[in-house]
Amino acid sequence: MSKNYSDSDWTLEIKPVSGWFNFHIKDVWRYRDLLLMFVKRDFVAVYKQTILGPFWFFIQPILTTITFTIVFGKIAKIPTEGLPPMLFYMSGVVCWNYFSDCLTKTSSTFISNAHIFGKVYFPRLVSPLANITSLLMKFGIQMLLLTCFIFYFIANDADVHPNIYILITPYLILLMAGLGLGFGIIVSSLTTKYRDLTFLVGFGVQLLMYATPVIYPVSALPDEYKSLVKLNPMTSIIETFRFSFLGAGSFDASNLLYTTVFVIFVLSIGIVIFNRVEKTFMDTV
Amino acid sequence: MSSVIKVDNLSKIYRLGLISRRTIAEDLNKFWSRITGKENPYLKIGETNVRSVKGKSDYIWALKDISFEVKDGERFGIIGKNGAGKSTLLKILSRVASPTEGKIRIKGRVASLLEVGTGFHPELTGRNNIFLNGSILGMTQKEIKSKFDSIVDFSGVERYIDTPVKRYSSGMYVRLAFAVAAHLEPEILIVDEVLAVGDAEFQKKCLGKMHDVSEKEGRTVLFVSHNLQAIKNLCQKTIILNNGELFASGETEEALKRYNQLNREIKITAETHVNNIKNRRGSGAIRFTGIDVLDDTGNKRFEYELGETVRFKISYRTFKEMQGITLIVALLSGLSRECLTLACYDIVKSKVEPGVTGEAVIEFNDINIKPGEYPLYFELIDNKLNSYSKDVVDDITAPLVIKRNDYAEKKSFDPSKPSGFFETPSRLTLNEIFRESDRIRA
Ligand SMILES: Nc1ncnc2c1ncn2[C@@H]1O[C@H](COP(=O)(O)OP(=O)(O)O)[C@@H](O)[C@H]1O
Ligand SMILES: [Mg+2]
Repeated sequence: MSKNYSDSDWTLEIKPVSGWFNFHIKDVWRYRDLLLMFVKRDFVAVYKQTILGPFWFFIQPILTTITFTIVFGKIAKIPTEGLPPMLFYMSGVVCWNYFSDCLTKTSSTFISNAHIFGKVYFPRLVSPLANITSLLMKFGIQMLLLTCFIFYFIANDADVHPNIYILITPYLILLMAGLGLGFGIIVSSLTTKYRDLTFLVGFGVQLLMYATPVIYPVSALPDEYKSLVKLNPMTSIIETFRFSFLGAGSFDASNLLYTTVFVIFVLSIGIVIFNRVEKTFMDTV
Repeated sequence: MSSVIKVDNLSKIYRLGLISRRTIAEDLNKFWSRITGKENPYLKIGETNVRSVKGKSDYIWALKDISFEVKDGERFGIIGKNGAGKSTLLKILSRVASPTEGKIRIKGRVASLLEVGTGFHPELTGRNNIFLNGSILGMTQKEIKSKFDSIVDFSGVERYIDTPVKRYSSGMYVRLAFAVAAHLEPEILIVDEVLAVGDAEFQKKCLGKMHDVSEKEGRTVLFVSHNLQAIKNLCQKTIILNNGELFASGETEEALKRYNQLNREIKITAETHVNNIKNRRGSGAIRFTGIDVLDDTGNKRFEYELGETVRFKISYRTFKEMQGITLIVALLSGLSRECLTLACYDIVKSKVEPGVTGEAVIEFNDINIKPGEYPLYFELIDNKLNSYSKDVVDDITAPLVIKRNDYAEKKSFDPSKPSGFFETPSRLTLNEIFRESDRIRA
């Protein structure tokens, strides 16, 4: 090996934590293989889980949808924009599941990876990024389920009209992932200080669902609530999703733009806080 | 040779106050009591909230003003007692923790092994874990693929490479994990006390590998170990940390001498919690409170000539009821640190209550152990049958050094003959050898 370093060739300088804006996003890219390995690990872990394992991915949305159909559709008689209630609820549930999974999973990043983080350096952001990627597997399976249901209903002449806006779905997924990631890493940074935060978040996410048009369409809301619910960045995502796959409701580009800005904002704050906490976190465990 | 690591005035403070994570409820409660003018409900009795008084106990200087340089291709040892700051130093070098003050400059890619098998997933097969662990340590898929066969070869677990590692014995697990790490190709390899696990043969293999990595491939190795023999064999330069400060640095020989001086001061207390001292094991039902090594005139010393008298004076304190107390004194020998029991006494034969303190002295006359350096091992156990050890300490004192003299000649036998662990007179007589084949022919 020939290494003819001169004194100015230092490749790395380790200094005390200072400032909030020393990022190493480039490092994240360098560790993309690790991200893939984490995703692969999650796949295998899920696959090898209990007997239910991946089967649970089907059962959970179906049971939730049936419950919603009975409680909110049959009993509370909340309108579903003329859509078959099953499809209406399931589309909401599938999207909501992905977002809330992203949020809850990434919000325990520091706690559940404390052991690895204490022993090896890699850009910590790789872990939550791997989480939201792995969760795509579950989302994909549930989307498949939803698609089957849509075909079934179309075959039975239901008033369901998938349209060209379906092409926007990847962008919607990106927004959901970004939103879940952004909130998740903020929470995970705070959990290094407050250990009961994770439970609060779990509960908060459940409540938040009712402020999101999962079980009701925005159009069914009284006017004074409409603008309030539209402040929720998930609203435009779910509405757009329903519009493109089921053809009900409307497409509102400005709402989607609002969500985009919101996601960028939350993500930026999240990355700044996360980036700061990842350097001091090991001192507190 | 140029420096590849330059550490300048490095300090690390751990703030104990920040360690315990709070609950939101606690903080809200505090906030509420401040508004309503009540006393802070979480303030401990006798503790004040004033910053200046909060004082010393809240801060730990895990490292204090450390400066040193490591040259290209050097094998560099770091030794020090438990809590000296070795792991903290390595963590900062590996970017797992950040320094409080000072700075470090590094040339080249660093790979650190603060633990073997970080991130191993029990459900994954050996093969998948090689890829997972390799990427965690910073290798790319391509690198791992190209070294895969060599990794499997080194680990010696090829038969089970497609079995989930949860089925592996702990030995296999460690072998596979080290094999991955051994194939990292960083310019600088940092290794914490990871070799304490694994069997003697494997340890030897690992040390050999680290030697090769440095000698043949010109890489720099930083190595922390409790095993002074290993440091001696492997490292050219060594630094000694003591309570977070740099106590000595230099050629390994010299540094080890200074280290032995340092260790002459023995301070362990019963109050020291098991978890704080890594090489203090056992349930904690009883604790050593002092260990002294004395000669026949009562002087503390660790170097003895053959034929002299050595006394081990220990004191203890019980914390739980014991059925009786047994004391074991042993020497650790060689690279593999085999445990050679010198004595095992029932020092108390009846039931002992908690809170009892006592002392015992074991005296050896005419000591005839083969000359060398032996780390000391002390253990207290319950007399009860099948009891687990209650307190085990080793490396807490300087090693016992036995020096050669004319002892052997005085006992009139040939000192050049190898005679195992003891320098006891021995004589070899060979009887004729019979072979099975001979008998058949006859
Ligand atoms: N996360 C932490 N929080 C508080 N104190 C710590 C932490 N990690 C280590 N310490 C303290 O820093 C000191 C040095 O520890 P360490 O570097 O692990 O020592 P060594 O590896 O030499 O045994 C010890 O007193 C230890 O208790
Ligand atoms: Mg250590």
